[in-house]
Amino acid sequence: MKSDHHVILRVIGKCFIPLIVIYGFYVQFHGEVGPGGAFQAGVVLAVAIILNSLTFGLTATMRAVPPVFARSLAAVGVLIYVGVGFWSMMQGGLFLEYQALFGEPPGGHDGQHAGIIIVELGVLFAVTGAMITIFYALAGRVAEIRDEDW
Amino acid sequence: MILESVLSSAPAWALAHAPVLLVVVPMFIAPILAMLPNGRAAWLISIVATAAAFYFAIVTLGLVQSSPTGVLSYEAGRWPPPIGIEFRTDALNAMILLLVTGIGFLAAVFSWPTLSSELGNHNKLGMFYAAFLLCLSGLLGVASTGDAFNLFVFLEISSLATYVMVAMGAKRDRRALPAAFNYLIMGTLGASFFIIGIGFLYAATGTLNMADISDRLPALTDSRAVQVGFAFIIVGLGLKAAMWPLHQWLPNAYSYSPSFVTVFLSATATKVALYALIRFLFTVFQPEYTFEMASFSWVLAPLGIAAMVICSFQAVFQTDVRRTLAYSSVAQVGYMLLGVSLATAPGVAAGLLHLFNHALMKGALFMAVAGIVMTHQGTTIRDFAGLGRTAPWTMTAFAIAGLSLIGVPLTAGFMSKLQLGAALFAEGWWWAVLLVVFSSFLAVFYIGRILQAAFFQPPVNPRKTHKEAPLLILVPLWILALANIYFGIAADFPLGLARDGAVAALGLEAFR
Repeated sequence: MKSDHHVILRVIGKCFIPLIVIYGFYVQFHGEVGPGGAFQAGVVLAVAIILNSLTFGLTATMRAVPPVFARSLAAVGVLIYVGVGFWSMMQGGLFLEYQALFGEPPGGHDGQHAGIIIVELGVLFAVTGAMITIFYALAGRVAEIRDEDW
Repeated sequence: MILESVLSSAPAWALAHAPVLLVVVPMFIAPILAMLPNGRAAWLISIVATAAAFYFAIVTLGLVQSSPTGVLSYEAGRWPPPIGIEFRTDALNAMILLLVTGIGFLAAVFSWPTLSSELGNHNKLGMFYAAFLLCLSGLLGVASTGDAFNLFVFLEISSLATYVMVAMGAKRDRRALPAAFNYLIMGTLGASFFIIGIGFLYAATGTLNMADISDRLPALTDSRAVQVGFAFIIVGLGLKAAMWPLHQWLPNAYSYSPSFVTVFLSATATKVALYALIRFLFTVFQPEYTFEMASFSWVLAPLGIAAMVICSFQAVFQTDVRRTLAYSSVAQVGYMLLGVSLATAPGVAAGLLHLFNHALMKGALFMAVAGIVMTHQGTTIRDFAGLGRTAPWTMTAFAIAGLSLIGVPLTAGFMSKLQLGAALFAEGWWWAVLLVVFSSFLAVFYIGRILQAAFFQPPVNPRKTHKEAPLLILVPLWILALANIYFGIAADFPLGLARDGAVAALGLEAFR
């Protein structure tokens, strides 16, 4: 029987990855009331994926989170962010004017509340997707000249 | 006039949001293109996006000209400045916005044949067009924001997209990769210098809004922090604008990137950086400050002159057409800097006019080269031999733009050199006029070498008969070439824009 050198690493990794993801979401949603926010949360989420690929290999991770998915996630994030800006314009406000989102009278705060949460979600998507894409691009690079050919 | 009819036919939402729409429409389309599997669809959508941006730029120009104060302020998120981010457009920005969106639109139309032949019609083209639109959006953001930190963010958006686009040239020439890496390092240095300068200003004034910084600076001109900040900003933006001797990234980036990228960058990227430089020199800081006056006469003017003489010489000795034109670009930046360094309204107007005209001529020249690259696969001057016979339409447009670059009468280049000469004479800098004329003679040599090869030498391969660039390249090319002639005869429109821009930059009463 071939023994697995990485068994400790993989078991610990398996324990940690869900915790990291939960912590990422905690940072995301805690950003509203305390230090934190979508940039940090996005990086933490991406770290979970990167840890997975370090312990279980790049191919397995790319099967779970395909590069196309990561790239599209980043693009969708930008779309969400700018989309909120367009939404507020369509409601008669200025670009990214959260107050105008639901057309509430002054004093209502639902628009401000929803606006910042949606925009932060967009940032989360964009940062997570971009971090994973950058990691894939660096890790998945194949040398065009083989080492023996130098 | 056309402007008024555009304004009167524009819908209310366009009038209300034009200054911000022209930045965010390309930014919104870009991620959609990144997810498209089909390159041709991405091309068509990018034409629509750039056309929309062009339209909004025209509306913005109309709004600025008809506004009583000459300034449009758009509060993003309805956070009033100086706390919120403000999109502030006056005559100076409006001119740059019009130029960048116009060139962006023509470049988008022209892009398909050359990109698909140089990069192949693979699924990465959607990503490429996304990078193009992000770059455009970043450049437009730099040119329209009124917030110093926001300017840095937009500068980075456009630069990062640019590095990607330059590196895509690796398919045709592997040297694009070191060129892009070199550009990345230099560009990042420039951006960091700029942000350090902004940091110093923020520390001294406590605000990031450019108009607000400008209000608070007169009391602080003796502050060392402000002076150091000024120096950092000038060096940082100078690097981005390819101010001699900080131009080392430019020749390689222009010669090895895909032809389309060269067309777009040469006509827009350094222009926008130069705009930012003018904005900081004249609006945020004032020429009256002693340290700034010293930098005009001891830094900007000598560097401008050095650029136009030395880089013209370097251009003469290049064997590659694109490198010749790239060195010539650095030399032209020298003319603009020389005009700006006069710190008078005619001087700045001459610099701005040359900025406008140079975008037209370099756009046309690089488009013609792109057509030649596509049909004849070579960019050395030797490859150009006999092309006047095999590709007459392409090379005639090249010749027109080349004459404009030299500054032959009846072309746009002549008008801007005339303005520059007049402005220099008015200040008594007759020796600088002589140098301008001298460097124009050098331009006769480097353009003349190419034209001589193209029109008076037999083709390298005589069997390679009539082979013209496709219509999609020829039409934008000829639009730019004819614009070079038109604005050389009837220069009222760009001259008016440049004068209004100079007045807006210097904060003077109107001069005409």
